[in-house]
Amino acid sequence: MDMSLTLVLAVNSLTLGGLLFLLSAGFSLIFGLMKIPNLTHGSFFMLGGYVAASLIGWGVDFWSAALLSGLLVAAFGGIVERLILRRLAGAELAQVLVTLGLSFMVADVCLTVWTGDPIRIDTPSALRGATSVLGVAFPAYRLAIGVIAVLFAAALWALLDQTRLGAMIRAGVDDPAMARVVGIRVSRLFTLVFCLGAWLAGFAGVIGGPILSVYPGLDQEMLPLALVVVILGGSGSLLGSLVGSFIVGFLYNFGQALFPELAYVVLFLPMLVVLVLRPQGLFGRQAG
Amino acid sequence: MKRVVVAAALASLATAPLWVGGTYYVNIASQILIAAIFALGINVLVGYAGLVTLGHAGLFGIAAYAGARLMNHGHGHVVVAAGALAVTLVGAAVFAALALRGEGLGFVMITVALGQIVWGVAYRWISITNGDNGISVSGRPSPLGLSLASAANFYWATFVVFLAAVASMAIFVASPFGASVRGTRDQPRRMNALGYHVWMIRFLAFLFSGFWSGVAGLLYIYYNQFVGPQVVALTASAEALLMVISGGAATLLGPIAGAMLVVIVKNVASAYIERWNFVLGAIFVAIVVFMPEGLVPGTVRRWRGAMAALRPRAAPAAPAPGGGGR
Repeated sequence: MDMSLTLVLAVNSLTLGGLLFLLSAGFSLIFGLMKIPNLTHGSFFMLGGYVAASLIGWGVDFWSAALLSGLLVAAFGGIVERLILRRLAGAELAQVLVTLGLSFMVADVCLTVWTGDPIRIDTPSALRGATSVLGVAFPAYRLAIGVIAVLFAAALWALLDQTRLGAMIRAGVDDPAMARVVGIRVSRLFTLVFCLGAWLAGFAGVIGGPILSVYPGLDQEMLPLALVVVILGGSGSLLGSLVGSFIVGFLYNFGQALFPELAYVVLFLPMLVVLVLRPQGLFGRQAG
Repeated sequence: MKRVVVAAALASLATAPLWVGGTYYVNIASQILIAAIFALGINVLVGYAGLVTLGHAGLFGIAAYAGARLMNHGHGHVVVAAGALAVTLVGAAVFAALALRGEGLGFVMITVALGQIVWGVAYRWISITNGDNGISVSGRPSPLGLSLASAANFYWATFVVFLAAVASMAIFVASPFGASVRGTRDQPRRMNALGYHVWMIRFLAFLFSGFWSGVAGLLYIYYNQFVGPQVVALTASAEALLMVISGGAATLLGPIAGAMLVVIVKNVASAYIERWNFVLGAIFVAIVVFMPEGLVPGTVRRWRGAMAALRPRAAPAAPAPGGGGR
């Protein structure tokens, strides 16, 4: 493999890794805090892309559409959490099934509203060109996604590690019962974290739109990737999500170039290795 | 009373091709039996072992694909059946070894990922699975010289396999092994302290469950004579899980009733509504929220409640059905 192809693949890997981080950070937080394996998370991603495509079609500019679409998805997530998941608190199996059922419903509604044809979201005009790095031209937009992901990682880290709210969330992850006793309103945190996770997923769906397009089945394609990232990195760990996302991003792109028929399988190999050697994930803590 | 009902149900199932009228309905009845065998297999894990799986369509698919490949290589049906089931058991052993590394939700997520690996192979590894185009086969087996080409004959053959599956489940539930599987579901720590090898019990339960999933997959390839990637999609695993949960996990009749419900709704709904997946999702949500123990136990509970209400006041209230569910 020559140098420039390797570089192109590396940039593509960073792009996919960045998108996966936005998707899986929310998934991981929700799973870590609420113990809900949110199988609608892929649907949030797809829904974000579709809603933004419509907004852009109505003349909203890309970045406003991305933020707004994320907010709409977050509102939807909040409704799901308040109306349905709240009733099933503690019943983990029921939550798995309900989120799965919802993901089918969302997929079908999307199919009805936005038809089965893939919809491509146009790259924002400011980032349409190519940037030259080390003498190789890269699409600026792909690099931008990597930068956005790193910025979000820093912001999420600051939120979780430096603020009072973050301390409350971490307390909720570590010991929800004790957090309640010391006066933290854990149920409000649940809604907040669920909305935040949904927002991140929806936003990721929008900024992924110019690269992946939005199409039926995108939800079921992204969800397992988020699962793999979380199993790899360890649930509830932001650093784990970041590292896991980039591992998966690189494996997917290089796997696809080297073994096109097996790319999807190659993706799962590190997950299997981690499961065998370190079941709690690379950065996860041993279950108490 | 119960025996009469079971005997009547068996008699009506055995004679189904004679009274349902039309090949179309006989074929739906065959589909129900295949789905029921699959659901019974999943129920071993979900119901009795308390391990929720969302990857069993992968095992179903492995059997179907292996069967199809072996048939197209020109092997006889004995070789096809034995080979496909052997491959499925190996697959189930790998699934179990990996999934049992996780506990609770970890187990579910790993089964999702494993199921998706099989899907990835089915969809992308074109030289083995022919990708999106799937694999077609021709010819059904003729056990003891009886052709299964007609819908009714195929139904009866499936019915015999179905009876074997039900019988094996009844034996399993009553056996010490069945009791120890339920023990690992309810009290894994105590079972461990009592000297049971919890991991091994779960592993064997997984193999048992995988075996019947494989049998269902093999019957599917005989019935459908075609297998494609949608058979192993996450939707298929979810549909099978819905059968178990909707009918009532950890009961013998529940998965059968659930299979009947899902296959009939799917066929009826797809005739009138284009959007079967929406209906599937909505049923899922409704059952989980309103009847979490499943249709069979839920209906039994309501029936008993209604009967107790109808009786004269003086009679003592019917005792609550003892600790069913999980």
